[in-house]
Amino acid sequence: MSGSIIVKGARILGAESQDVLVRDGVIAQMGSDISEQGARVIDAAGLVALPGLVDLHTHLREPGFEQSETVLTGSRAAAAGGFTAVHAMANTSPVADTAGVVEQVASLGDAAGYVTVRPVGAVTVGLKGEALAEIGAMARSRAAVRVFSDDGKCVSDALLMRRALEYVKAFDGVIAQHAQEPRLTEGAQMNEGEVSGELGLAGWPAVAEEAIIARDVLLAEHVGSRVHICHLSTAGSVEVVRWAKSRGIAVTAEVTPHHLLLDEQLVRSYDARYKVNPPLRRAEDVEALRAGLADGTIDIVATDHAPHPAEDKDCEWASAAFGMVGLETALSVVQAAVVDTGHLEWTDVARVLSRTPAEIGRLAGYEQGIAVGAPANFTLYDDSVTSILEAGALRGKSSNSPYLSLSLPGRVVGTIHAGYATVLDGELVDEETVREAGGRRG
Amino acid sequence: MRHLLSTRDLTRDDAVAILDVAEDMADVSTREIKKLPALRGKTVVNLFFEDSTRTRISFEAAAKRLSADVINFAAKGSSVSKGESLKDTAQTLAAIGADAVVVRHGASGAPQVLATSGWIDAGVVNAGDGTHEHPTQALLDAFTIRRRFFGTDARGRDLAGLSVVIVGDVIHSRVARSNAWLLTTLGASVRLVAPPTLLPVGVNTWPVTVDYSLDDSLAKPADVVMMLRVQGERMNAAFFPNAREYSRLWGLDDARLAGLGEGTIVMHPGPMNRGLEISSGAADSARSTVLEQVSNGVSVRMAVLYLLLSGEREDLA
Amino acid sequence: MPERTVLQQADIARALTRISHEILESNRGADGLVLLGIPTRGVVLARRIAALTGEFSGSAIPAGSLDVTMYRDDLSRGRVRTPSPTEIPPGGIDGAVVVLVDDVLYSGRTIRAALDALGDIGRPRAVRLATLVDRGHRELPIRPDFVGKNLPSSQHERINVRLTETDGAEFVSIEGGEAA
Repeated sequence: MSGSIIVKGARILGAESQDVLVRDGVIAQMGSDISEQGARVIDAAGLVALPGLVDLHTHLREPGFEQSETVLTGSRAAAAGGFTAVHAMANTSPVADTAGVVEQVASLGDAAGYVTVRPVGAVTVGLKGEALAEIGAMARSRAAVRVFSDDGKCVSDALLMRRALEYVKAFDGVIAQHAQEPRLTEGAQMNEGEVSGELGLAGWPAVAEEAIIARDVLLAEHVGSRVHICHLSTAGSVEVVRWAKSRGIAVTAEVTPHHLLLDEQLVRSYDARYKVNPPLRRAEDVEALRAGLADGTIDIVATDHAPHPAEDKDCEWASAAFGMVGLETALSVVQAAVVDTGHLEWTDVARVLSRTPAEIGRLAGYEQGIAVGAPANFTLYDDSVTSILEAGALRGKSSNSPYLSLSLPGRVVGTIHAGYATVLDGELVDEETVREAGGRRG
Repeated sequence: MRHLLSTRDLTRDDAVAILDVAEDMADVSTREIKKLPALRGKTVVNLFFEDSTRTRISFEAAAKRLSADVINFAAKGSSVSKGESLKDTAQTLAAIGADAVVVRHGASGAPQVLATSGWIDAGVVNAGDGTHEHPTQALLDAFTIRRRFFGTDARGRDLAGLSVVIVGDVIHSRVARSNAWLLTTLGASVRLVAPPTLLPVGVNTWPVTVDYSLDDSLAKPADVVMMLRVQGERMNAAFFPNAREYSRLWGLDDARLAGLGEGTIVMHPGPMNRGLEISSGAADSARSTVLEQVSNGVSVRMAVLYLLLSGEREDLA
Repeated sequence: MPERTVLQQADIARALTRISHEILESNRGADGLVLLGIPTRGVVLARRIAALTGEFSGSAIPAGSLDVTMYRDDLSRGRVRTPSPTEIPPGGIDGAVVVLVDDVLYSGRTIRAALDALGDIGRPRAVRLATLVDRGHRELPIRPDFVGKNLPSSQHERINVRLTETDGAEFVSIEGGEAA
């Protein structure tokens, strides 16, 4: 059986239609009227072809929280969303703070085969913010970790942060900071402002995020390191990062799809699906984040896919868990928030959801995008349809999506990972087929 | 009325109608037989996740005077304290056949979640949720103010032209929130007085004015001075230095009491910290409405339960 | 639906005059009588009857209102009913002969509620019932003592009573007709 695939008539990055021939895991040929005997033909007329999406910020929950998600189920959700690589956050149980855990996660990802799973290592032991984790061992492990983060918790100790920024330079790593000053956010439930005052929910001030970002870009400048800021959520954060970049500081920043689309007014329902860390902010912040993404202040979009079981959301606000799932809906939300609004072109989407996150994570194979000779990682997306999101469309284990029963544009029709299909005709390819295809390539 | 979750949703006419029904209920409370058969056969559950004997017995008396069956469900010492969720509790109450659930909960918004979740279709009365709202307290405060200022002429009236000063821990006070919305909806002007640490961010968007100085605020005419309870644990979180300084700057002491205008009344939702936010002299003076507030609370809660439980339940499709 | 006036202003005045005389006669004077109108229009009628008895006997019968909302047996049906004030004349009702006054007597359920409400307020020596219109169709063993006009009607018809004080017009009409 030939593993070749011909994709017919896709609009490459939303531009002109071309055929793409995939052979032996790479893009072998591009042009018009390509044919090859025995190749599987995918009719992609009218679909947008984007390079395989790379998520720098995913919670796969395994090991430890398999009731929420596993590496396999999260990988399937990712593929369904058009992703070909995800970075799995370290806040598992046990925490991914040793070579053993990161290698386990990476090999579970390889075995599943739907996406490339790149483990993120913890910055500090047990995410406790007290002592550096074995960053070198994780970097040199088979998982070759390059991104380190205590995500979910802030590395709030300034000295520890300074040391971490310095230390990872030895391994070409980067610290991805979850910017949240812990004292200013004790018990915090939602963005602090007019709405929190009315709803009687403890406020989460913007300054708690902005102050940490300001400190960390200055630390990065001082020690000459690069630093990555997770999930920017405020207009002030965009300003701080813009200022830092203007000084030449090696800072990169991400924004989540939900912070590009949703604002704090939704919390008025006390529906815990809208409870997320960092919290949904004001409409003005949403606008500033879109503008920041458009002008390059914000480098990438990352999902912060955070699955939780129903019982952790089906309760009063204060008891509910923080987080939303986001892999399956990321591209649709990006289309709604920044493409359809004119902030981004599809070429920009390719940059912020594929090339740059891969570059920050030091993940090879995404430099060229969809080009002859490049590894065949791409997704086929129908940007012309609109549909109401139903729980059945979510492919992960959890359904804590804020978009359920909302109308969203677009649909991922096909995903090609390392030369084989993980999604065809909008449906996930079955586990066995993917595992075998992944095994052959592996 | 399907639920009573917040005073923010009440229009002036809604609020006046509730206060008018409460007047009728208050008349019943002066009779030898203080009971009405209106809610015979209805079951009211007092679901209290937080201890509040005062509020609970007020609702209990209200429900019983309307001949409803009352079930008290104190979360402490029950399955709830063993980790049973709000959802399971609600479904249990639905299975019991509760027609109304009076809920007190430490989490802001819990009554709204109960009302909108579909776990139970009973009417929900918010009896205080976290630091959000306490609508029946605000209604009884409005009722008390209206009676004090308009007496037997109160029916049909709002509070237009009256000025109310609310003093104390606004940020954590569900009473302050519910009163700020309700009293202004009823046409009163409201001034909030507190140290800046005890005012929520965004208070500038409320339909009220704000003063940091109690003395400055009391120098202006006020018909009502409402003192809020200050909780001791706030001191530990650096909201203010200590009880002595708080009391000196924001407490209603005897000197400030003596300086009040002739007709000014003094209110407190209870329980009071005598000597902290209010002196005994102020609490026990003829200006004080503290005990009227308690008895009016029963009338107002009767009105709310009656309006919630009589008539056909609107179907919310 | 056709509407037909069955009592004009003068007819209503005549009926009330007759009822007033009958009340005084049956009691041999105004002593010990209390008129309690059932809101809304019963209250107006009770006040008018009180004024008339004042004219006829020299001493007006005390009049008040008795709200029966909370005693109704149909509170769970239809819209929420807003109660009206109950005003008992200063002398109270203990030992008095209470005359309940309503505009239309129909099923008798309102009067049943009024008897229950009365029982929670005091212990009258006797209770009588005066009504401007008796339209029949009783569902309870209740009958009026004083009737302005017997008005046999179909259950599909509506009886409208309009009084100057409450409605700005004064007449009684029948609306509707054939079974639906």
